[in-house]
Amino acid sequence: MPKIEVKNIYKIFGSTPKLIVPLLEKGDSKSVILKKYKHSVGVNKASFQVNEGEIFVVMGLSGSGKSTLLRCLNRLIEPSSGEIFIDGTDITKVDGSELREIRRKKIAMVFQNFALLPHKTVLENVAFGLEIQNVKVEQRLKKAMEMLELVGLKGYGNAKPKELSGGMQQRVGLARALATDADILLMDEAFSALDPLIRKDMQNELLSLQAHMQKTIVFITHDLDEALKIGDRIAIMKDGNIVQIGTSEDILHHPADDYVREFTQDVNRTKIVTAASIMRTAESIIVGKAGVRTAAKKMKDLGISSIFVTDKNNILLGIVTIDKVSEMIKEQKEDLNEIIDHDIFTVECDHSIDTIISEFIKSKYPIAVVDEENKLKGIVFKSTVLSGIAGEGGDQIDA
Amino acid sequence: MLSTKIPIGAFMEKVINWMTINFSDFFDGMKAGLSHLIEGIEFFLNAVPILIFILVAVFLAWWIAGKGIAVFTGVGLLLIQNLTLWKQTMQTLALVSTSTLIALMIGLPLGILMAKNDMANKIIRPILDFMQTMPAFVYLIPAVYFFDLGTVPGAVATIIFAMPPIVRLTNLGIRQVPKDIVEASRSFGATSMQLLYKVQIPLAIPTILAGLNQTIMLSLSMVVISAMIGAEGLGNIVLQGITQMKVGKGFEGGLAVVIIAMILDRVTQCLGKTNSKSGRVMIKNLRNRQANKN
Repeated sequence: MPKIEVKNIYKIFGSTPKLIVPLLEKGDSKSVILKKYKHSVGVNKASFQVNEGEIFVVMGLSGSGKSTLLRCLNRLIEPSSGEIFIDGTDITKVDGSELREIRRKKIAMVFQNFALLPHKTVLENVAFGLEIQNVKVEQRLKKAMEMLELVGLKGYGNAKPKELSGGMQQRVGLARALATDADILLMDEAFSALDPLIRKDMQNELLSLQAHMQKTIVFITHDLDEALKIGDRIAIMKDGNIVQIGTSEDILHHPADDYVREFTQDVNRTKIVTAASIMRTAESIIVGKAGVRTAAKKMKDLGISSIFVTDKNNILLGIVTIDKVSEMIKEQKEDLNEIIDHDIFTVECDHSIDTIISEFIKSKYPIAVVDEENKLKGIVFKSTVLSGIAGEGGDQIDA
Repeated sequence: MLSTKIPIGAFMEKVINWMTINFSDFFDGMKAGLSHLIEGIEFFLNAVPILIFILVAVFLAWWIAGKGIAVFTGVGLLLIQNLTLWKQTMQTLALVSTSTLIALMIGLPLGILMAKNDMANKIIRPILDFMQTMPAFVYLIPAVYFFDLGTVPGAVATIIFAMPPIVRLTNLGIRQVPKDIVEASRSFGATSMQLLYKVQIPLAIPTILAGLNQTIMLSLSMVVISAMIGAEGLGNIVLQGITQMKVGKGFEGGLAVVIIAMILDRVTQCLGKTNSKSGRVMIKNLRNRQANKN
């Protein structure tokens, strides 16, 4: 069961939103509805699922409805129609006190402009969620202290929020959200108000916190680089519609439409496209099973000048070249082990193109892609790297 | 155009008459309560020896607002004592503090209601305009009907006239709390009451205090007017000056009103702010310096 499941959510602003939903379902456009019926469409039939422990990024320009969509998830904004299941409970149907309980225990939120309470100290701010739950003072301050330490602000507890820099204030905001032990975090452009360098720090910090916390995070941003960096999956929104949902590579390789394509044009692909997405299936021969003659035949058949060698568990041993194999045949020798070149370069599946490029500078062979147990997964040629950088459909081009 | 005059005046007279007869018990009770309150405060203020009163006032002025205001408070109060207007000044202070207290008791909840409820906001707004712009003398007539002559009708007229700022500024202060802070509080599951007490009111305090300051100033401005229906105090001195054509006496009374007004204004203005000159901040800084040395 997904942690969050959003089904056909509409949010329409105006006097009679319920009457507008059928019109949208019929296919009337947003502009028609604005002109003819004086209603503005915030979210138009959004559906998606977020799995436990996942960072789900909703990306879009301002006015695309992404913040509205996020606020529907904890009903800071009431959706006009649709269902939102959190741990299987449809929160659009719960009453006020149940909703408060969900907000207190299950969903915490981080805001773009921090939204800290200026009259309270940093520590009291972090403890605020617990204060709302009427947790005892010593207990909540103790918890707040731990959270401050977690976000690297130990010793700032008695300062007022205004005395801290933007980055530090947002750490307080994050600590406040973490203090309630909610397993869902909603982050509304949480890093957008920060300087680029600080923003990068915060992104890294979030990822490293997430590595051991395993929260379910819905993150809103207008910055594609940020989305690609932290998102396990990304939804792209335009005019209230979700136009595409996918991993960063889906979005880069197979943009759903021109709008998404335009977005992804400026991205530095070498940092995002991974070895796994551009590699081919690797031909290999297995030591013990095959001898030099099989190797020679296979290379001849495939028209290649070298081939990887693995053991019977598919663990990569090295590479043999056609020249060495021919020599062996001339000398009437059989054992492949003598000619295996163990000095080859490998990358792991999730390495990005820019690391592969630096390997190519050193290597005369194609690069082997392996998993963490050194099992052969695929092969990357110089040409595949280039097509990977160039863009879409890299994995369909033959080397 | 209508050929006949709409009988608004006649209607009002009927309403007031009807209320005087049917609510007389209510008004009598209110009168008793108010006069007890005013007399109690007055008694207390007069019971304090003048010198101690002045010392306490000077200390408070220094504590809240700083050295300059403290000096002014001391000199001003000594001057009032010298003009032999002390008793009247205490009467005026009792009237002003009672009116302010009651205006606060009614005004704060009203302001909160207006901030929380747009409908209430729409309804109460024009009533506030009415209360503030209707010439204050007009209140005096029904006030006398209901409460006879004396200090109580003066207090009632003062309350009506002085209440709008505290209502308006409470409303404004709460509405001005940044939207994202309200959202954040709600997102953590705050109830409406928690939102009010833990977030909205604390953040609205400076604005509410500005309203309090206005309310105090307006009630002081009613002192002379309420003297016309028999309220005692400095207003009465001024009124005597006018009716007996004694320019000097009138001026002295007026001067005392100004001194009290200036002291109350400056001190209440500093209530909500952290004024670097104020005694409490100075002491805090001194302590910090001491702590840093150790």
